[in-house]
Amino acid sequence: MPASLRELRQRRKSVTATKKITRAMELIASSRIIKAQQVAARALPFTRELNRAVSAVANKSRLDHPLTRDVENPQRVAVLFITSDRGMNGAYSSNVIKTVAGVRQRLHEEGREIVRYVVGRKGIGFLKYRGLPIEAHWQGFSDAPSYDRAVEISDRLLEDFLKPTEEGGVDEIWAVYTRMESMLTQTPRVRRLLPLEVVEGVQEADAEHPEPLYLFEPDPETVLDALLPLYIRSRVWFYLLQSAASQLASQQRAMKSATDNAQQLIERLTREANAARQSEITQEISEIVGGASALADLTEND
Amino acid sequence: MADVLRVEVVSAEGITWDGEALSVIARTTEGDLGVLPGHEPFLAALVPCAAEVLTADGNREVLALDGGFISVADNRVSVLSQFAKVAKEIDLKAAEHELAAAEKRLNAGELDDETRQHYLRAQAQVRAATLAKQSN
Repeated sequence: MPASLRELRQRRKSVTATKKITRAMELIASSRIIKAQQVAARALPFTRELNRAVSAVANKSRLDHPLTRDVENPQRVAVLFITSDRGMNGAYSSNVIKTVAGVRQRLHEEGREIVRYVVGRKGIGFLKYRGLPIEAHWQGFSDAPSYDRAVEISDRLLEDFLKPTEEGGVDEIWAVYTRMESMLTQTPRVRRLLPLEVVEGVQEADAEHPEPLYLFEPDPETVLDALLPLYIRSRVWFYLLQSAASQLASQQRAMKSATDNAQQLIERLTREANAARQSEITQEISEIVGGASALADLTEND
Repeated sequence: MADVLRVEVVSAEGITWDGEALSVIARTTEGDLGVLPGHEPFLAALVPCAAEVLTADGNREVLALDGGFISVADNRVSVLSQFAKVAKEIDLKAAEHELAAAEKRLNAGELDDETRQHYLRAQAQVRAATLAKQSN
């Protein structure tokens, strides 16, 4: 029992304070996940309608559009990755960063250059610390994104995508975000944002519900022109929302285990403090007894 | 009773308005468009405007749209607009304020797309809110 009683009590007090904080953060995170999930659910109809519209146009026209055209031998590849603004959410940001490192490795082996677009202070800090170049970054909304932000990000990406490579444009855009599988699992995902692969959105027309033959105004190409940027925005919006929900879920989990650890620490410290107090008392008693008997010996000898 | 339209107005943040309607009026890139039950399948790009929906129970619902799409098929009308808003929920004062601010920026020579979008969106909201006030 090396530590003194006073020291042990002090440490227990400080751990109790920490536990209160982590406990509060856990509760805040869990109430905000529900909100984040509701927002994510509300964004679904928009995506659904967009998919339907894109597939309607795709059935009609040949879908040859600058945004869907594959670039032969892409040189510069943009990677958008979504991290958190603050820590205290376990491995959330570092999982994304690790995934990006994997993507970078792969692209590097194929002889391509990576251009980084970052969301979230953690990712920005990571790159800045290592002196890696950042093409564009956004921060301050990782746990509660707004649609305006999605517009901002996707417009920037589109602008760079449509620029020729020689002038600093990019040939492909990938996104790394964290998908909210459930409250317990969130996995980083890598998706290609541009050029678009619309094929997945095209539904097979079945015999009973044939795809209606739409009339386009003014014509399919113009509609597609206006449709695809919206589609990109809705993808980015979806990624932001998923990431926000994942971030909160992983924060809740991290804070829960921090609270549990603090609880364990408190128990151990209490036990140590009790033992220390007990041994102090024992020592005192034996000192008194020893002193008394020494005194008694003295008087007897007189 | 004749057919009714199932109308759904969705924005990026959720379903703004849905219900049954007798007619829908919105402005496409080619001009005003009225949709009645039994309209043929149709897909058009919209410009920022105040859209009107005549609901099945005889009310008039005004919505501010900032562009987007309208698609019609099998008496289902879906309007897709990133910042769609029901006119009744628009704060006219705030919208007018925003419009003035956007106008100022435009006059100051900021002719980029974003400012223009803001201006048109605010204009549509002001128009929709004023329209809704008149009909009440």
